[in-house]
Amino acid sequence: MAVTSRRVARVVPLAPAVVLLALFMLGPVVWSFYGSFTNAALTGPAALNPEWIGFDNYVALVGDPDFPKSLWLTVVFVFLSAVVGQNVMGIALAGMMRSAVRPVRSITSTVVVAAWVLPEIVAAFAAYAFFHSEGTLNSLLAGIGVQGPDWLYSTPMLAVIVANIWRGTAFSMMVYSAALAEVPPELTEAAQLDGANGWQRLTWVTLPVIRRSISTNLMLTTLQTLSVFTLIYVMTGGGPGTDSSTLPILAYQEAFKFAQVGYGTAIATVMIIVGGIFSVIYIRALRPEVD
Amino acid sequence: MRTARFLIAPVTAAAVALSLGACGSGSGGSDDSTIKVAYQKFGNFTQADELFKDVKADFEEANPGITVELVPIEAQQNDYFTKLALMNRSPSTAPDVMYEDTYMIKSDVEAGYLAPLDDYLAEWDDWGQFVDSAKEAGAGDDGKIYGVPMGTDTRGLWFNKAVLADAGLPEDWAPKSWDELLDAARTIKESNPDVVPFNMYSGKPQGEAAVMQGFEMLLYGTGDTLYEDGKWVTGSQGFIDALGFVETVFGEGLAPTPQQALDTNIGNTVQAEWLPDGKVGIALDGSWVAGNWLESGVAPWPEWSEEMGTAPMPTQDGQDPGAVSMSGGWTLAMGSGSKNPDAAFEFISMALNRENSLWFDVANSQIAVRTDVAEDPEYTATNPTTEFFTGLVDVTNFRPATSDYPKVSNEIMVAMEAVMTGQQTPEEAAAAYDEAVVGIVGEENTVQG
Repeated sequence: MAVTSRRVARVVPLAPAVVLLALFMLGPVVWSFYGSFTNAALTGPAALNPEWIGFDNYVALVGDPDFPKSLWLTVVFVFLSAVVGQNVMGIALAGMMRSAVRPVRSITSTVVVAAWVLPEIVAAFAAYAFFHSEGTLNSLLAGIGVQGPDWLYSTPMLAVIVANIWRGTAFSMMVYSAALAEVPPELTEAAQLDGANGWQRLTWVTLPVIRRSISTNLMLTTLQTLSVFTLIYVMTGGGPGTDSSTLPILAYQEAFKFAQVGYGTAIATVMIIVGGIFSVIYIRALRPEVD
Repeated sequence: MRTARFLIAPVTAAAVALSLGACGSGSGGSDDSTIKVAYQKFGNFTQADELFKDVKADFEEANPGITVELVPIEAQQNDYFTKLALMNRSPSTAPDVMYEDTYMIKSDVEAGYLAPLDDYLAEWDDWGQFVDSAKEAGAGDDGKIYGVPMGTDTRGLWFNKAVLADAGLPEDWAPKSWDELLDAARTIKESNPDVVPFNMYSGKPQGEAAVMQGFEMLLYGTGDTLYEDGKWVTGSQGFIDALGFVETVFGEGLAPTPQQALDTNIGNTVQAEWLPDGKVGIALDGSWVAGNWLESGVAPWPEWSEEMGTAPMPTQDGQDPGAVSMSGGWTLAMGSGSKNPDAAFEFISMALNRENSLWFDVANSQIAVRTDVAEDPEYTATNPTTEFFTGLVDVTNFRPATSDYPKVSNEIMVAMEAVMTGQQTPEEAAAAYDEAVVGIVGEENTVQG
């Protein structure tokens, strides 16, 4: 009896959170999953009575030349801007700041964190103004006599990847700063006494110790980047053509520009699967051997 | 770590759902003492806003106890349709009266958003004043009338006489074929490289403006069409040739750069700035463009009638009838969920009575669809191009009147954008279009062109 009431007492405070999660997270997931098997639309007969069409949306997706391109662009965007860019930049900045003098450290962290603090729409406009053909970057280049290209048009993926690295690095930097502070100094000192150089100390001592922070951080940045919409939509609108249409942009376009809500949700469901695959890979690859 | 695994899918999905759902928002529901009126207000297009503000005042005075709630939707054309559709999906946000493009009517009727007006129109004396072709444009597939037309329009070439004069082209320039049009654009480019020789709308951001003012003005001049005897045309040479024209003007730099052309605001920029400033030579655009330059417009330009010339858009090789035009137009429609349809129709009939139709047609440079307005001296006198654009009615075409049209139109935008950015050749883009159309309407509803 006492055990049961204690269990109830533990569960009750969680209930509001569980209800909210079910309502605002599970609800949309289930709806999206269901919607992807219908021909729901914003206009036309299907808006009135959406029909169950089984896997037709997915069959159409496979045959749609925009889809493989969009899937590939998404993978490139996530890999270069989150997995490589934000993580490597984050860990490098965190490492360098440990050995930097105090004023340098505070200035650097303020500058980096500023991009993270900005609301996404503001950061997106800032990046747009920076990469625009008559924007900050090209004005600076003109100052040294270089005629910069129209970045958003000729190299849209490069522009959005750099913008996303700029915006997201602060998060990784903070995670790694905290993780590096937890590495016991005895370990690195012992390795140093055994004759390990800086690179060896990093790969054999520091990284293994913080590997769980790495996997958590990789997973969080990957999932955040996978769903980046505002940044790309403001900077390039997914264009020119479909040259920077990642899956969220494609889903939005199909659902709301082209009024095919069912098809749009099918793309969204594919995004859930892509996110799941990335996560499983991290969990497997960085599973702690002894714990 | 295990918790994280369970959280992944919901977190991702929620992020997607949030970005997908971010568009739907609404104000409170309407009851029978409130009439909600939804319309577009964007950039240079403020005439509907002015009209409805006036009508609201008159209506509320005549009907004490009923409030008119105006819902101006500030969005570019395609986004306007999306936002209107999202409003229509929920009874608490669905408007009683909406500003509706004729080409969306059939599709929105099938979606159950609109209410038939026949019973009201039968008792409305003014209905006899509307011309038959305009009445037809407001009909659904079931033959009932769902929209009361506000005006119609035609399309042709506008040109800045000074820019053409600098290039040695005459004041009464009128090309006889696409080649003559392209040659004129090339001549302008040579005489002044800083001027955009020719503007046409193209690509997804321009929405229906790209398809109707741009692509269809070309396609319907080749002898081919989009839709014939109830079937969609695929694989026509005219379709490829029209895309070829798009490729030529963007590829040779005769049009704005693709990036400028893909800016959502280019329509406003061309009409309010580039044409008056002589930065564009020739513009393929609608009869309503002069509305910007009238005193009531957003970019008043008193000298426009002296400095701007007009010419019909030629057919491809000058084949009969020598010129081509497209017509559309907007209507006022009633929401199917209206709790007070009598008041909603009264609002529509007030907004489109003789006086208000005249005001709107003049201010927005529309071609009148009421015979009493068309004969009014105020209408014929205010705008010297009215006669020219009204004359194009003889060669005009209408878009396929089917509920699949909006979807097919989207595929045309995609094809145009692929060609203008050089991602596909006209042949490739046309093939992709054919495949997409078969996917939308089914193989059995297409015919080889």
